[in-house]
Amino acid sequence: MDFLNALVAFANFVFVPGLAYGAQLAIGALGVTMIYGILRFSNFAHGDTMAFGTAITILFTTAFISIGITFGPLPTALLALPFGIGATILLLLGTDWAVYKFYRQQKASPVILVIVSMGVMFVMNGVVRFIIGVRDIRFADGERFIITAREFKEMTGLNEGLAIKTTQAITVVVAFIVMALLFWFLNKTRTGKSMRAFSDNEDLALLSGINPDWVVKVTWMIVAALATTAGVLYGLDKSFKAFTYFQLLLPIFAAAIVGGLGNPLGAIAGGFVIAFSEVTITYAWKKVLVYLMPESLEPDGLVQLLSTDYKFAVSFAILIIVLLFKPTGLFKGQSV
Amino acid sequence: MSTAVRDTALFGLVAVLLIGTGMIQGWNSALLILNMGLISAIMALGVNLQWGFAGLFNIGVMGFVALGGLAAVLVSTEPVPEAWQAGGLRIFAGLALGALTVIAAVMAQKRLEGRTKTIATLIILVGGFFLYRAVFDGGKEAVEAVNPALTGNLGGLNLPIILSWPVGGLLAAGAAWVIGKTALGLRSDYLAIATLGIAEIIIAVMKNEDWLARGVKNVAGLDSPVPDAVTLQNDPSFVERAASLGLDPVLGSTLYNKMGYAVLFTIVLLILLWLAQKALNSPWGRMMRAIRDNETAAEAMGKDVKSRHLQIFILGSAVCGIAGAMMTTLDGQLTPGTYQPLRFTFLIWVMVIVGGSGNNFGAVLGGLLIWWLWVQVEPLGLGLMSILSSGLEDGSPLKDWMIESAAHMRLLTMGLVLLLVLRFSPRGLIPER
Repeated sequence: MDFLNALVAFANFVFVPGLAYGAQLAIGALGVTMIYGILRFSNFAHGDTMAFGTAITILFTTAFISIGITFGPLPTALLALPFGIGATILLLLGTDWAVYKFYRQQKASPVILVIVSMGVMFVMNGVVRFIIGVRDIRFADGERFIITAREFKEMTGLNEGLAIKTTQAITVVVAFIVMALLFWFLNKTRTGKSMRAFSDNEDLALLSGINPDWVVKVTWMIVAALATTAGVLYGLDKSFKAFTYFQLLLPIFAAAIVGGLGNPLGAIAGGFVIAFSEVTITYAWKKVLVYLMPESLEPDGLVQLLSTDYKFAVSFAILIIVLLFKPTGLFKGQSV
Repeated sequence: MSTAVRDTALFGLVAVLLIGTGMIQGWNSALLILNMGLISAIMALGVNLQWGFAGLFNIGVMGFVALGGLAAVLVSTEPVPEAWQAGGLRIFAGLALGALTVIAAVMAQKRLEGRTKTIATLIILVGGFFLYRAVFDGGKEAVEAVNPALTGNLGGLNLPIILSWPVGGLLAAGAAWVIGKTALGLRSDYLAIATLGIAEIIIAVMKNEDWLARGVKNVAGLDSPVPDAVTLQNDPSFVERAASLGLDPVLGSTLYNKMGYAVLFTIVLLILLWLAQKALNSPWGRMMRAIRDNETAAEAMGKDVKSRHLQIFILGSAVCGIAGAMMTTLDGQLTPGTYQPLRFTFLIWVMVIVGGSGNNFGAVLGGLLIWWLWVQVEPLGLGLMSILSSGLEDGSPLKDWMIESAAHMRLLTMGLVLLLVLRFSPRGLIPER
């Protein structure tokens, strides 16, 4: 019984939140890794792209709710998501046309593109603030829980409860669908294949008649979809605040690099590695350990390795360790 | 137009902008902008050393600036003897244990081979971490329990605050050494992410380690190296002199105080600028640029690329640390919660790129000009919005929204300026020569 209690406490406080957060990071990191693989630069504006997509989705969500359209027990934001994605696609294609295209034609070095993306980051950050301000916004509606801690306790008779939020379940399901679609697209369709070819060897791909403009356009569209989805899922699970999204850049980049920049599979693995490390290292393990240890050995303190404010330090430490010992990441990524 | 005339004209433009601000908005705000502009110019000099000279992509400027601010507190505040007695030694013993653990782990990595290496490193790190926490936590709790409403930290050395400027530089240099040792071998994008992360970690440490500088409880009321306004107002001879100049003593004293800072900051800026110019035109500076332009060729010529990179990374970071200490001195308080990467890292980058990377005068110009713009965008934006919305009736939601969004003009403008400069004048206003 004690063992089961420990297991449930672990699932409730570490596994389920880690899984949801990992899925959000993974979709974010997929976007970063796609841009890196095909356009060959680290896009610092990605966090703000996520914020933009989420902001538009929130606007549509409020509009839907005000005219009485809801999604039953599910959050209305899921209905608004396609509109958010559409707006973000327009934004990214517009940015590419107005900004990045010039540097691509000039064959500017990647580091220049990174600085350019810093400028885009400023602009997008400003645009998001124009649209929706800097407030903390919660936009999840519908049922809050699939199962609450109390229901779980009554059902199983255990001391510990396992609460699963609707948003957590949705995150995992949506993430799974998104990843499946992406891999199907990259591996089975003609455009997807030409994108992979372009990523592996640009010159050879151009020689074999692949249209680079089309590849770049499709990449931005996919990135818009990924970024908006990641942003909306994160916002549903926690809350929306422009500044938090900017800060997500660090764990997202850590995930993409740990997995191997340019490698989609790596981005997913990296997302979960970063998320679970953050959660396990900043979680106070006392609640789990009291069930597992004999009473005489029970820990006095919280058994928290690091306080939650140091979660950046965790993603960063993993990043450094991986870079020092396996510079191309866990899965083989590209190198410039 | 010769380049010299052009450059002088650009600096003249900054002077005109500042004087115009003084005449329209008052000299107090003009001096306020000038002082922060001077500090920004020093930060830009530091970034220009790293990026302009050596091509190192450091976006952790915020961290070094914050470390400089920490130095201001640690140097100038009074020590708290009770806290030292309660747990000062224990904290330092804990930190020493932590440092020993890292050193031992690095040694193990270097000396041992194969599987023993991995196992030994892991044992040292895990064991060392728990040992460190066991010793350190007790000390931290004891110190933070001492009069938490007022102090709760160990306090400082009670030295003149101006000493904290070089100390801030040293602190930042020390951090830069550790970071450079681990991260400088990485490619540019990785170095960027690594420095971004380190800056966040430094801020997290400063927010959470209350024993150091009270964390988010902030330290206010730092000493001032120039006489502050209240002291001046109580000084009869100053009031008399102000009156003879036709100035109200309140305004006169604030102006005098700010002028004092402006003089001090200008001296520091000129010294650093002179040093940076000397460095740029020395064999060392030429070597740096050679390494930046072609690492492989420079290495083939027998240049030690790695240690040169480390050297200039430390120097640039130290300059940012000095500026950070100066800024905290000017503010009179350390508020770790206000350090944000957009303001303290990316804005400095805008200054360097707009001013002209690789040119010290460009960096200084960028610092002054962009800071002026950063401050003035809000009032200008508000003015623009009031003109645009003047046709709308008062209280209409569109008008309210337009007026409200003027507050967000800053980031948008900075981004546009950066993008436009990169596109149409990628070498900046005063390009490298």
